Amino acid sequence: MITMIETIATASLAVNENLNIQKQRIANGKSRKRLSLVTGTHGDELEGQYLAYMIGSYLNENIGHLDGIVDIYPALNPMGIDSITRGVPMFDLDMNRVFPGSKDGTMIEMICASIVDDIAGSDVCVDIHSSNIFLKEIPQIRMSVPTAPALLPYAKMMNVDFVWIHESATVLESTLAHTLNTRGTKTLVVEMGVGMRITKEYCRQLFDGILNLMKELGMWSGETATVREPIVSEGREVGFVNSDAAGIFVPCADFGDTVNEGDHIGDVVDPLTSNVVEKVEAVCSGMIFTLREYPVVYGGSLLARILQPSEGGAEE
Amino acid sequence: MKRKVLFSMKSPYREQLDVIGFRFGHGKKSAAIVGAMRGNEVQQMYVCSRMVQELKKLEAKGRIAEDCEIMVIPCVNYYSMNIGKRFWAMDNTDINRMFPGYDQGETTQRIADGLFSKIQGYEYGIQLASFYQPGNFLPHVKMMDTGFTNSDLMKDFGLEYGIIRKPRPYDTTTLNYNWQIWETKAFSVYANATDVIDENAADEAVYAILRFLDKQGIITANTPPAYVTKLIDESKTKQIRSEAAGVFKSLISIGKRVERGNVLGIISDPFDGEVVSEIRSMVSGTIYFEYCTPLINSNTVCFKIIK
Repeated sequence: MITMIETIATASLAVNENLNIQKQRIANGKSRKRLSLVTGTHGDELEGQYLAYMIGSYLNENIGHLDGIVDIYPALNPMGIDSITRGVPMFDLDMNRVFPGSKDGTMIEMICASIVDDIAGSDVCVDIHSSNIFLKEIPQIRMSVPTAPALLPYAKMMNVDFVWIHESATVLESTLAHTLNTRGTKTLVVEMGVGMRITKEYCRQLFDGILNLMKELGMWSGETATVREPIVSEGREVGFVNSDAAGIFVPCADFGDTVNEGDHIGDVVDPLTSNVVEKVEAVCSGMIFTLREYPVVYGGSLLARILQPSEGGAEE
Repeated sequence: MKRKVLFSMKSPYREQLDVIGFRFGHGKKSAAIVGAMRGNEVQQMYVCSRMVQELKKLEAKGRIAEDCEIMVIPCVNYYSMNIGKRFWAMDNTDINRMFPGYDQGETTQRIADGLFSKIQGYEYGIQLASFYQPGNFLPHVKMMDTGFTNSDLMKDFGLEYGIIRKPRPYDTTTLNYNWQIWETKAFSVYANATDVIDENAADEAVYAILRFLDKQGIITANTPPAYVTKLIDESKTKQIRSEAAGVFKSLISIGKRVERGNVLGIISDPFDGEVVSEIRSMVSGTIYFEYCTPLINSNTVCFKIIK
């Protein structure tokens, strides 16, 4: 049995401090199967912090049921989390646009390359995100069309409500998940909850999913809960509801609601004139899986995403 | 000259954002010049304002060619400039990572779309660009190698160097890249500074743009003698990174020729002042970028050298 804290990348900061990227390795038994849980790439996403604690503490308490290696990387961008900054603080860089990085590159490129090298070779990697401060998301896994055949079976083990298979975009080639999937490490991107907050029920849901994944990988012989069958976006369209006006968004629909096209789902109001400046309607029928949490909006601000029913109309 | 509102965006709490363009001449869309897209790009806005002055004078003298139109957009994101932020004030997104934009998309995608729809279709596109790290550049012009690239055109700016850059995935949403994809011959002009005004570099950038427009027959302008531009592949330039962290002091200035082994700068301990690292050049060449902030982390690009 091994539980240890390792520093996988380090860089000197200007004044008497090092930037350290650390992981907890929990290992037991003879199997070399390895699961990596990574989070904290964006400093304003905190759901993964609690989940990292939950998984680590539970495995340490029930280590006898583990046969394999679990690496937990709670903070890929520790200075971002520490300063409530989404990107890397000194550069205003989105760390998830710097991968795969470079051993011979700048400080952040070097750190990204070390992270990739350390995770690569895991049997599965789960990269946990929690939207941003603006939007709340139901627990979901996102993947691009080319990676779906390899990843979907694993995504279904994770106890999420929804799997969103989206078109690939060139700009996303700079993400950790793309880099690892390209190198043959199956990497699932989880989005759940909202930035700067912890949603205990979602963390619990993912906790059950991760134990189930470990069981399916043959790494876990302890208790597991029955996992839910996610809705998969394949063959369905996603409708985007964006504000056209500027003001304060006040929803009247709830997260997870099934709505019909044209249903009133909220208003954008002007606090100065006391007028409703936009009556917000559902652009299509379906389930609201993303809903705006932060009220101030501009024209273009995303208010909701709606997953349309599959052909035939019935919800699964 | 016509001052036009190219795109507007309402704000919940501030005056409406109006992206302003200055149009000179009439006819064929010949050249579009874009300044600040980020809130700290003061030099970039300043160079554009100087271009407006120059083009006004040329227009009054009838020196803009017939059937040629030039558009200058000094500042897209003055909302961020006015409150001391770099990216879009509301959500910290970068307008120059949103092109070609989308009119039904998120706020900065809509701004990018509003701008791009007005500057698309020009034969030449010139962006006053900045670098994400604090530092000074030798004025130079850069082109992205998209396949739609005639790098020899960079020589018409008459700056000392023209650099060709192979686009990375994150470049595919920049203005420069998308201009080229939509068949505008696009250039990035680096006028040394970003959040301060460097008059000499601004002069050089203004003359370079005027020279380029003159060479393309869009205007008739007298400009100072030009360099014979040396074209370089960016991958062939050498980056010198800090091997330690602390207080950084440059011992050289941009534009200087250095030999392999020369000491370019020192890093000292921030508490006791001991020198912890000497930064030496690994190649012989000309310094074209120099880091300019007193504190430096390890593995930070502190000099770039054209071999």
